[in-house]
Amino acid sequence: MKKNWWKFLGLALIFYSIVWGLLGPVPALAIVNETIRNVYFHVPMWFAMLTLYLISVVYSIKYLSSNNTDHDLVAVESINVGIVFCLLGLLTGMIWANFTWGAAWPNDPKTNGSAIATLMYLAYLVLRNALEEEQKRARISAVYNIFAFPIMIVLMYILPKNTDSLHPGAGGNSGFGDFDLDGSMKAVLYPAALGWILIGIWLMTLRFRMRKFEYENDTVS
Amino acid sequence: MHLLKEVKSLIHKDIVLEWRSKYAINGVILYVVSTVFVCYQAFKSLDTTTWNALFWIILLFASVNAINKSFVQESRSRQLYYYTLASARAIILSKIVYNMLMMVMLSSIAYLVYAVIFENPLGNPLLYLVTVILGGIGFASLFTMVSGIAAKAGNNSTLMAILSFPIIIPMLLVLIKVSKNAMDGLSCSINYGELLVLVAINVITVTISLLLFPYLWRD
Repeated sequence: MKKNWWKFLGLALIFYSIVWGLLGPVPALAIVNETIRNVYFHVPMWFAMLTLYLISVVYSIKYLSSNNTDHDLVAVESINVGIVFCLLGLLTGMIWANFTWGAAWPNDPKTNGSAIATLMYLAYLVLRNALEEEQKRARISAVYNIFAFPIMIVLMYILPKNTDSLHPGAGGNSGFGDFDLDGSMKAVLYPAALGWILIGIWLMTLRFRMRKFEYENDTVS
Repeated sequence: MHLLKEVKSLIHKDIVLEWRSKYAINGVILYVVSTVFVCYQAFKSLDTTTWNALFWIILLFASVNAINKSFVQESRSRQLYYYTLASARAIILSKIVYNMLMMVMLSSIAYLVYAVIFENPLGNPLLYLVTVILGGIGFASLFTMVSGIAAKAGNNSTLMAILSFPIIIPMLLVLIKVSKNAMDGLSCSINYGELLVLVAINVITVTISLLLFPYLWRD
């Protein structure tokens, strides 16, 4: 219980964001209307994904310097969970775009960039499957992971900023922070983001422990 | 100083090896010319957007084919011999520089052939050429490292394609945008931001390659 407080915190924060996100006050804006509440569910997915990819890069760097199998397992499980959050982020974004932009997949640099970044991480998983030997697999996939991370940042966060885009916060558009004058939206968004990040890390540690048991089973027998 | 000397002699070795057989470079040039010709037969005439996009797609596939070979044309034992002589950084740096030289040549030839066969008015040919050369250098710096990774993973060309295509897309998007501007005859000063992004991506990839390659080649 003492060690697991952050898991309960994550659950509580998500519960709070669902309840208060649907009931709380939001600025009345044209076009977006009440769909603005999706900000509490769409944006935290990307926060969680970025955190998990960051953990994965850190553990890949650690693996290269330590050759500890655990670090490799943390790296790959972070990417596995990160991809799930990325897909959820794309899904919530598509639902939102369907209501506000008129189509589920308009040709927008932010959506395209996110989809391509996902392809990059799926390629990482394919690369892992292509390699048989464990040590070699861990080392080479760590190298690819570190190589791909800055490209992902450029693709998702730098390029859309100076391209024409429909997405808030990209292409010179204002983000929702500019409309949130009394900070009532930030009071839900930030806890929601923290909650999803914690849940993401929890999922990652669960999967990591499963993988570790499997690995130890295989090596002992 | 020591590193530079190693890099210089390794590049010299690569060029001499290539000059003796002329296999890779001739093959790739033939590949580019025949692809351009096939496209010409298929399309006959093109509007400007398609002209630009088609050129970059041809160049992309040509460079993947050219650079794919960079770590497999020599036998494993000979590579082991190089690793005993030179440091890992010198080896990757020499490969990157050699591939850059090759890509600059290749992309210039591709541009020339393409522009002659598909006639198209270019608003700012100089900026277009600069973009093509920068693109060639960028492809070389990214694909060299990826081909190193793919070579370690049993070197199948499918793996090379799925690893490199998502990674090259940011650079390709910027390249297509700048070259489209060049076609429309916009001046260089409008494109400084994009050119800076291109240079920045190149610097990042070369730096990461230098940092990571020592971990990659060790077996």
